[in-house]
Amino acid sequence: MNWSFFHKLGSPKWFFEISGRWLPWFAVASALLLLVGAVWGLVFAPQDYQQGNSFRIIYIHVPAAFVAQSCYIMLAVAGVVGLVWRMKLADVALKCAAPIGAWMTFVALVTGAIWGKPTWGTYWVWDARLTSMLILLFLYFGIIALGQAISNRETSAKATAVLAIVGVINIPIIKYSVEWWNTLHQPATFKITEKPAMPVEMWLPLLLMVLGFYALFAVSLLMRMRVEVLQREGRTRWAREALEKMS
Amino acid sequence: MKPLPIEVRSLACERDQRELFTAMSFDLQAGEVLQVAGPNGSGKTSLLRILAGLLPAVAGDVHYGGATVFSGRGRERWRQNRLFIGHAPAVKANLTAEENLSWLCALSQPVAAQQIAAALEQVGLRGFEDVPCHTLSAGQQRRVALARLYLEAHPVWILDEPFTAIDKAGVAALEQHIQAHAADGGTVILTTHHSLEHLEGVRCLDLGQVA
Amino acid sequence: MRRIVWLLFCREWRLAWRRPGDLLNPLVFFAIVISLFPLAVGPEPGMLRTMAPGVIWVAALLATLLSLDGLFRSDYEDGSLEQWVLSPHPLALMVLVKVLHHWLICGLAMVVLAPLFGLMLALPASVLPVLCLSLLLGTPVLSLLGAVGAALTVGLKGGGVLLALLILPLYIPVLILGTGAIDASLQGMPVTGYALWLGCLAVLSLSLAPIAIAAGLRIGVSE
Repeated sequence: MNWSFFHKLGSPKWFFEISGRWLPWFAVASALLLLVGAVWGLVFAPQDYQQGNSFRIIYIHVPAAFVAQSCYIMLAVAGVVGLVWRMKLADVALKCAAPIGAWMTFVALVTGAIWGKPTWGTYWVWDARLTSMLILLFLYFGIIALGQAISNRETSAKATAVLAIVGVINIPIIKYSVEWWNTLHQPATFKITEKPAMPVEMWLPLLLMVLGFYALFAVSLLMRMRVEVLQREGRTRWAREALEKMS
Repeated sequence: MKPLPIEVRSLACERDQRELFTAMSFDLQAGEVLQVAGPNGSGKTSLLRILAGLLPAVAGDVHYGGATVFSGRGRERWRQNRLFIGHAPAVKANLTAEENLSWLCALSQPVAAQQIAAALEQVGLRGFEDVPCHTLSAGQQRRVALARLYLEAHPVWILDEPFTAIDKAGVAALEQHIQAHAADGGTVILTTHHSLEHLEGVRCLDLGQVA
Repeated sequence: MRRIVWLLFCREWRLAWRRPGDLLNPLVFFAIVISLFPLAVGPEPGMLRTMAPGVIWVAALLATLLSLDGLFRSDYEDGSLEQWVLSPHPLALMVLVKVLHHWLICGLAMVVLAPLFGLMLALPASVLPVLCLSLLLGTPVLSLLGAVGAALTVGLKGGGVLLALLILPLYIPVLILGTGAIDASLQGMPVTGYALWLGCLAVLSLSLAPIAIAAGLRIGVSE
């Protein structure tokens, strides 16, 4: 019991200070990585011998899909931490990360659809990857909707934590069943993600973009969490002082 | 089962970002009756729900017989020793009084039908054993719930507004029963807006003043 | 322990049969949804046969969800749930009994009715046992997963739409495997693989869902 008291008193202030120090570094890193990765990937990387220039959308699509999936796993981890150790910061992280994850999923879906037009000649194909992303978007919607429907903050945090954990157990099952379904109904179509090995000059910018997206995710998550922590701790002295320092 | 002393140590409760009480501490010996008083919204129900184990406390601890009631062995013992009757009487409208009681008792210890009939007679519901509870009035439904106090052998009672919707005679009988339980060495924690001053040995915890 | 399970089962059984209308509603819904499809796409048997697995399974999904919305709500409102949570008996076991009882009434009835609708949707008689088997293995998963959602939305007014939003994405594997089994049987292919996978999901949800349901209910009553 003393520990939950400790967390409640100790963590938000500590988090606010340490995140304030980290934030600029993450911001610079994400800007640099994204800039270099985007220019390299969009301008200098060689054309794909099959798809020409249209393949270049992977420099947005793949990183967004990566972050979207890892974000859901992060939600479940935050949920476990919040439920087991009653750490309030984990509740904040869960609440703040869900909308970012949903946006990333949305970006991955839209770029996937745009990519689909030159590749398949249509904006939407029930491709296994895209379908899984669509279901992931629904899972995010569920978490956001449940969080908003429950007015009590603690109850809402715990309920979304349980839902995120149930969801993360289901994600591999959903993913494999969708892939299986896909092979049943669409045998041997062209798959956008399973390609012959990429040359270095193609995947290196992709790697930079993925890292850049993760840094961007960290930046937006930290910023959202700082605002949320300030709102929650608005009554305490350190929060007021921090606000005064900012204005 | 013999009741053990209850110790409440710097308990704090928060509802919707509003602090209801902090650093609340008190001791309760076997045989004591504690009336939790205070204006609406002062946290009476929350305190009772924390004590019962329904609501997690923000901080602090409750000990029963020296062990915390929030985890481990202490919680197991507490679950078998305390009886909680909340605002909602937990009486199913589509079941009869007898079926309701036999299920509610079975949740801790099953009882025989004759005992249920006797308890219903004690709360003035003789002849209503086989009537579906939706035909009973609010006061009668509350009496069905309170019949558990005559059936189950829990040393600690936690009662949230037990006198709601009950007529004068019923209140007097219940007060007597509570006193008898305390005289037997049992512990009672209850909230009520009704004055219990005429009862001997009732301690009062005023949340309006603590806060 | 065995005694409380039996007593709980009797209680649920009594409560269910005192309001027989509530038992029938999900089944009628199941029947109506299935009957809408021939009206919408036309009575051509070839088309109905291709659509039948999907139609029956989607109807089963929706009917289960509809019937689960109120699973814990009345117990929550009249305070019974508090007493369950406070009881020394394991909450996960009690909710498992409650959900399985619900499945016996709602899910099993759909399994029994399904061949009738299969015939109406022009499925050949040889496929009907597979239809029943897939529903028999799949509907418990639907009930258990749906009960997690019902537990998480127990204190919310108008939780029905929210319940659908939370739970329908989680139903997708069951839907894929269930319809896949019937499709395979229609094409004369073996269905053992599908049945085993559905059985796996049933075992998995039987063992894990009660824990999540109990956690959800504990959160609900602390509101």
